[in-house]
Amino acid sequence: MEVFVFSLFNGVLYGMLLFLLASGLTLIFSMMGVLNFAHASFFMLGAYFAYQISQPLGFWSALIAAPILVGLLGAAVERYMLRPVHRFGHVAELLFTFGLAFVIEELVQMVWGKVPVPYDVPESMNITAFAWQGLDYSAYRLFMLVISVGIFVALFFGLTRTRIGLIIRASLTHPHMAAALGHDVPKIFMWTFGVGCALAGIAGVIGGNVLGTEPGMAIQLGPIVFVVIVVGGLGSLSGALIASLFIGILNNMAISYDFSLYPIFKELGVERNVEGVLADLVNLTTGSIAPLLPYLLLVLMLIFRPRGLFGMRDV
Amino acid sequence: MPDPRKLGIGALIVALLIVLPMMISSSFALSVMNQIGIAIIFALAFNMLLGQGGMLSFGHAVYFGLAGFVTAHVINGMHVDAFPYIPVTLIPLVGGIAGLFFGIVVGFVSTRRAGTAFAMISLGFAELVTGLTLIIVFFFGGEEGVQTDRWVREEWFGITYGPDIQVYYLIAAWCVIAAILMYALTRTPFGRMSNAVRDNPERTQFIGYNTHRLRWLAFALSSFFAGLAGALHAINVEHVGFETVGLGQSAVILIMVYIGGTGHFAGPILGAILITLLNAYLSDVSPAWYLYLGLIFVLIVMFAPGGLAGLIMMHEPIRRTAPYLLWQMAPAYGAALGTSLVGLAGAIGLIEMIYFRSTTVSLDSALVLYGIELDTGDIWPWLICAALGAAGGYGCKMTYPRVAEAYSAAMHEARALVTT
Repeated sequence: MEVFVFSLFNGVLYGMLLFLLASGLTLIFSMMGVLNFAHASFFMLGAYFAYQISQPLGFWSALIAAPILVGLLGAAVERYMLRPVHRFGHVAELLFTFGLAFVIEELVQMVWGKVPVPYDVPESMNITAFAWQGLDYSAYRLFMLVISVGIFVALFFGLTRTRIGLIIRASLTHPHMAAALGHDVPKIFMWTFGVGCALAGIAGVIGGNVLGTEPGMAIQLGPIVFVVIVVGGLGSLSGALIASLFIGILNNMAISYDFSLYPIFKELGVERNVEGVLADLVNLTTGSIAPLLPYLLLVLMLIFRPRGLFGMRDV
Repeated sequence: MPDPRKLGIGALIVALLIVLPMMISSSFALSVMNQIGIAIIFALAFNMLLGQGGMLSFGHAVYFGLAGFVTAHVINGMHVDAFPYIPVTLIPLVGGIAGLFFGIVVGFVSTRRAGTAFAMISLGFAELVTGLTLIIVFFFGGEEGVQTDRWVREEWFGITYGPDIQVYYLIAAWCVIAAILMYALTRTPFGRMSNAVRDNPERTQFIGYNTHRLRWLAFALSSFFAGLAGALHAINVEHVGFETVGLGQSAVILIMVYIGGTGHFAGPILGAILITLLNAYLSDVSPAWYLYLGLIFVLIVMFAPGGLAGLIMMHEPIRRTAPYLLWQMAPAYGAALGTSLVGLAGAIGLIEMIYFRSTTVSLDSALVLYGIELDTGDIWPWLICAALGAAGGYGCKMTYPRVAEAYSAAMHEARALVTT
């Protein structure tokens, strides 16, 4: 029971981190019809900026400053690099963001080196928040949960209940009408892109010290975020939330329970030391295939329901 | 009857491929040429998707790598007589068929949509297969990969594929055959319909074609040639590792093809030769090689979406009508080249110094750059490089508009010559 509760907690936490990335990506996708391949790279930059800022100024300054820096960088990328590429079409835009992800990874290696940097959980929160049946839950994880849920609530409230949210949604669905009413749609796009990147940056700041801050972190997480927004339905924020949570929980359950096919094979008289094809099956555990589950889910989803959970149209 | 000029060029290329290894003696150069041959087949196969079919794949190395694994297993099976003997000369066909098989299976799902959706699905499959390499150990060999030995027995004319030179001729021959086949495919009705699906799928459907089936066919054929390249790779290095199916391999082929140019048949060939050469000779010299590659790619996407082949072909109408106009453009091009080189020298200097500072563990702060020993602890190298970069950047800003002017003036004059 306690294993279940804890992996549920960790799953929700991982899911909310995924959602921080997926929400920005979904906003950017609905805006420009283009997937930002470099989105996870902004997540990585968030973590590295936070590491650099927290060295002299401490974690709390980094929590504020790093996402703002990442957001400004994202806005600049949209304004000066992505916008000129727009006239070449969607494939060119996707290729540009792909190249950008490649370049950012190399730049990060150039500045901070190829090995992980020691970006640690702040001392003040490196304590146990609560313990239950012998398992500790750290205060920092609780803090991550609070921050990500807080941002999620603020995002939903901002988009659905404020005037700015109304204008953003109008620009997404009816850009020409919004422009005709006097709103500067390109500027709204630029800032939406920036805010999306800043959200990824926040995920980097609060997740980088738990997941590890290293040059490979973007390429590890990026494809999973793509899976999230496809499974949730392209352009759907609530779909992205459900898919994030589902993948987060699925992943953690698969690792903590670590089911294996071995008991079944044992019944059939097959032992662990068997050779050949069967050896791989006998030794297969859900823990070892956990990293593959999101992609398996993606493939199944595309075969049986190409529009995703809440999508309006097929992928 | 094909164009006699094209036949002449083709004969010249074949002759060059035959004599080239006789002129060079270094085994490193030979292995680089082998890599180029494989890269050319793979790049042309990739461009069947990206250039001709309009499908951007982030995971085409899956078919290259899977075919490589199948090839390695088939050759190993032949050694222990578990498989009937097939001459190694024809083994690339086995790889091609393996690629075709996986292409047909995966393509059925992934080619239902083009554009962004196709790109994402290809990425998902690539991640899935990469993950499986560590789980299905009996096929992928886990982290060690699969070893093989291409020397099965003596074949026609005493060929054993022991010496590298014989492998070179094998790769060169298959490269020529595959290139001819892929070129021929672009001239068939299927090739034309593939372009039509890329440009206007709705209209293609309207005149009675099934767009999914056309994309599926293009995907399967492209996977066949990717598999052919993968088999040659397995024969060439006698080892197939998990990285051959990985995202890195897919990214490199995508970058290669796009830099070369997707709009022209020779573009991927150009990209494959250029990038493989640079990779072979620069990756040892500079730790920042991948950064340069990425920057070149981003610049091409932003400013020259036709790639290098596109840039060259822009001048084709001028050359055809009045070659002397090209000489009139030379000063503007020369000035732009000069300022670019100055800017590059500065930028490369800065990048190399930053890399040196962040990755070198020794306390020694001296870096040898352009044959000069620089003390990166000193401020002067940084200032000089920054000044060079700024001067070059400013110069480019002045000279590039001249290039555009010279080009449009020449085009204008050429057009006037044609119409009068």
